[in-house]
Amino acid sequence: METETSTTTQAAVEFRGVGLTYRARDGSTLALDGVDLAIRPGEFVAIVGPSGCGKTTFLKLTSGLLLPTQGEVRVQGKPVRGPLKIVGMAFQNPTLLPWRTTLENVLLPLEIVQPHRRLYRRNRGAYREKALGLLQSVGLEGFVRRYPWQLSGGMQQRASLCRALIHEPDILLLDEPFGALDAFTREELWLVLQKLCLERKCTTILVTHDLREAIFLADTVHVMSKRPGRLVARREVTFPRPRGLEACFTPQFLDLYQGIRGLIGEVREAT
Amino acid sequence: MTLKERLISYGLPALALLALFLVWEWAVYQFKIPRFILPAPSVVARSLWQWRSAILGHAAQTLYTTLVGFGIAVGFGLLLGWLVGFSALLYKAVYPILIGFNSIPKVAIVPVLVIWFGIGTVPAVITAFLISFFPIVVNVATGLATLEPELQDVLRSLGAGKLQIFRKVGLPRTLPYFFASMKVAVTLAFVGSVISETVASNKGVGYLMIAASSRFDVPLVFAGLLVIATLGILLYALFAILEGRLTSWAYRR
Ligand SMILES: Nc1ncnc2c1ncn2[C@@H]1O[C@H](COP(=O)(O)OP(=O)(O)OP(=O)(O)O)[C@@H](O)[C@H]1O
Ligand SMILES: [Mg+2]
Repeated sequence: METETSTTTQAAVEFRGVGLTYRARDGSTLALDGVDLAIRPGEFVAIVGPSGCGKTTFLKLTSGLLLPTQGEVRVQGKPVRGPLKIVGMAFQNPTLLPWRTTLENVLLPLEIVQPHRRLYRRNRGAYREKALGLLQSVGLEGFVRRYPWQLSGGMQQRASLCRALIHEPDILLLDEPFGALDAFTREELWLVLQKLCLERKCTTILVTHDLREAIFLADTVHVMSKRPGRLVARREVTFPRPRGLEACFTPQFLDLYQGIRGLIGEVREAT
Repeated sequence: MTLKERLISYGLPALALLALFLVWEWAVYQFKIPRFILPAPSVVARSLWQWRSAILGHAAQTLYTTLVGFGIAVGFGLLLGWLVGFSALLYKAVYPILIGFNSIPKVAIVPVLVIWFGIGTVPAVITAFLISFFPIVVNVATGLATLEPELQDVLRSLGAGKLQIFRKVGLPRTLPYFFASMKVAVTLAFVGSVISETVASNKGVGYLMIAASSRFDVPLVFAGLLVIATLGILLYALFAILEGRLTSWAYRR
């Protein structure tokens, strides 16, 4: 076993020259190419980029659902060789289990991830309370006994977010978690997410198409190029936390917004 | 269910059945069909009543062999279905054999079974089993093989092992397929039992019918048919209710 302890604090997530090629029957797709990145423990990273550039692929590599075809992914210092237990992932499609109610869906990770799995029977009541609390914070308290097909798309996304959070993972991976929500609900949930992340100090990677969302929530915003995805720009966001929604209207925020917007424009035009 | 829905789902089939019997009765009298060709329902009913205790015993025997054979088919079918659905290799390897096996008319097997086990209960149970496990295997295997990779990824991203993925996703996902196949399989199991009883038994509704037809007691033959049909419907209904209870999510109710 390698136990590298560098003098600086060890990165929570580290990509070293990572490339990923999807192989399919009708040819292969280079989805990511030469991605280098280090994420500090507790850092909130947002990734923005055009559709199909490899953002979901990036998250799957981080979680170990996919293994790189080039380079190496390290999480908490160890090379990733398979799916990790310390991540919580909210997938782009909510992927709730159709035979479970909202509440049962949110409880799922606790039935699988240790030590909760061992304690599940004994702590069932407490776990339920916790799940209900989370569901309430995203405004789903009235729908805990409903099945996924009885929820709207945005409600399913919110339930899926709760499922990613319930077992308090060290690393939180969010793939466009608010994509199906209206602007107001979305902003409400930014605040909820910010609060949770500040409390738990988890490392978070957020993929989003909403640049305001990226800047509002993140410490660092990365811009990804068109496929094959590369990280082409990095911007630090240094506004103090907790941030209020009014931060979105400060000149600094708007400057940053315009800057990154320009970058994305360039990325989109590049051939 | 509202009263109206209830009336429709229970009343309508009852009405249809009554209509069938009435037309049948009417046709027999209208065209003066002799009772050794086609007995009227009232004649069948009288025969049914007359032989009630004998019929009850034979029906119990048939129900017994059917349920035992079906029970084995469920256990075996689930297991094989899960195995075959779990592994694509096994699926490829075993599927042609299953198809071939299912194409064999089971009547052709009964004589072999008689050589091995003698006549009576055992061949009936085995025939019921042989004829009814196939739809279970195919359905369960299909349910598992078509499990969405996205759902598996949810579990994998939590670090779940293969067995846990199976328990939390594979198993619930195959339940609707399993119940759908059970409804078909249980009626098939009856066919198997009765086939075997007509060929090689001295008990059961199948035997009763063969014995009656050799005496040209056609009303009793029809009484036997009626008993089998009734049992088939009852068991089908039982599994339909179970299905509704356990897999309502699949039908969004
Ligand atoms: N399982 C797969 N097999 C083959 N190719 C794939 C697979 N998944 C993704 N791809 C390809 O890899 C590329 C990147 O896909 P990815 O899902 O990572 O994009 P994305 O940045 O998340 O896009 P979006 O913003 O639209 O969600 C795409 O061109 C896609 O066609
Ligand atoms: Mg994506």
